[in-house]
Amino acid sequence: MKNLVILGAGTSGTMMANHLVSSLPKKEWKISIVDQYKTHYYQPGFLFLPFDIYTTKQVKKKGSKFLPKDVNYIQEKIDLIVPEDNKIRLANGKELSYDVLIVATGTKTVPEEIEGMKGPKWYKNIFDFYTYEGAKALRDKLRTWEGGKLVVHITEMPIKCPVAPLEFAFLADSYFKNKGMRDKVDITFVTPLDGAFTKPRATEALHYLLEEKNIKEVTSFNIERVDYENNKIIDYGDTEVEYDLLVTVPTNMGDPLLERSGLGDDLNYIPTNKATLQSIDHENIFAIGDATNIPASKAGSVAHFEAEILTENILRYINNEELKEDFDGHANCFIETGGGKALLIDFNYTTEPVEGTFPFPGVGPLRLLKESRMNHMGKLAFRWIYWNMLLKGVPIPFVDAKMSEKGKQLEKTQ
Amino acid sequence: MKKIIADREIDVNEEGYLVDFNQWDKEVCAYLAEEQGISMTEKHWEVVEYLQDKFQKEEPLSIRGIKKSGVINIKEFYELFPGGPLKKSTLIAGIPKPKSCI
Repeated sequence: MKNLVILGAGTSGTMMANHLVSSLPKKEWKISIVDQYKTHYYQPGFLFLPFDIYTTKQVKKKGSKFLPKDVNYIQEKIDLIVPEDNKIRLANGKELSYDVLIVATGTKTVPEEIEGMKGPKWYKNIFDFYTYEGAKALRDKLRTWEGGKLVVHITEMPIKCPVAPLEFAFLADSYFKNKGMRDKVDITFVTPLDGAFTKPRATEALHYLLEEKNIKEVTSFNIERVDYENNKIIDYGDTEVEYDLLVTVPTNMGDPLLERSGLGDDLNYIPTNKATLQSIDHENIFAIGDATNIPASKAGSVAHFEAEILTENILRYINNEELKEDFDGHANCFIETGGGKALLIDFNYTTEPVEGTFPFPGVGPLRLLKESRMNHMGKLAFRWIYWNMLLKGVPIPFVDAKMSEKGKQLEKTQ
Repeated sequence: MKKIIADREIDVNEEGYLVDFNQWDKEVCAYLAEEQGISMTEKHWEVVEYLQDKFQKEEPLSIRGIKKSGVINIKEFYELFPGGPLKKSTLIAGIPKPKSCI
């Protein structure tokens, strides 16, 4: 009997367990999945939690519910990966041997990386919304907040779901309008990049959103520290931005397990071949989702497309066949723009988000890079799709892992 | 689109970034730097080489990377490329600026 071990039962790990249980020969392979946490969170829902659009119940479920019965589920903290011995050491002292390993340990926020961020004001007037705890604490704060300077801030790239901070700013605009207090709130978007939108096409098509919603932009802001006593963030160029309420996306890093095991880069992401998803250093270690260092967006939709290609490559690896260099960086994301509307974007390593229709060329019903109510309904419907189809590895009709060029006005990136 | 840089036609995007890194050389670099009000010193060249190396390895560029580069510290980086240091240094180095997905 051979062993395939998956580390992490989040979006990627759960999808891989479901794909592999039906494609690996049961008599030859035992599949195990390790995760220390019981709860599986619907992370895209963290965007809606602070604004009371979703309840806490809608964004969390018991993780084991989504794992196939034939998979050996181990709820335990992982101590170390020992690639030389093909072994995993668990925190309870037990060891697991593997023939093939899939690293799906995701990414975490690390507010400790910035001086003053996780200090005495953390969850008082400094919040994140990338964790369940942060989103919930922020919800409670917003319910009674009387207004002032709201600063929505990105610490450094890369981050999970790069557009979520912008969506947060848009939804905040709607939220305060609905509460009849928009005139009491000043919204500023602060980014280390050179704009809220960084690609020429998207800037042209979407910059009006910021103007229309009266959201100010502070760009090329590389934060050095938070002066929590004086409610200011300060960058390396000595620019200061004052806040009454700071909603930040802290530094994102891979799991400390990868650092402990000597497998991570500067940000604890595992160096991975961007087309095959095999790790660079060990041929029997593969990686998927946020845990990799590939230059694709860290997002569930990317993980979903990766899972199909990784399943095929694992079967090829096991059969001593050449791996397919098939992953093209495809991502497909709904972007909330507030007021019950959303955008849809579709792009990959080489093609910028474009205008057009999705998933059917010329028909839609969803429109790319344009605001519509239909796109917003799509985003809300996605929660159901996530729990009922995506995690279980049920193919989503008409949406392929590789990006389709039909019905889109394409523009290649440099 | 085309732009005349150092007496040559160079392909650039709407924001003036080189589209084809093969068209970059030290003359192009010096010209682009001058346009940004920067005159290249030994230290500038070191930073440009570091950025190009990262670009070729497909490693993302960040302030954290600069901190760990061993080439320069962040204060110096701001002094060499005042304003938006990553935005300006990548333009001069002939590589794409750090981007998000839209």
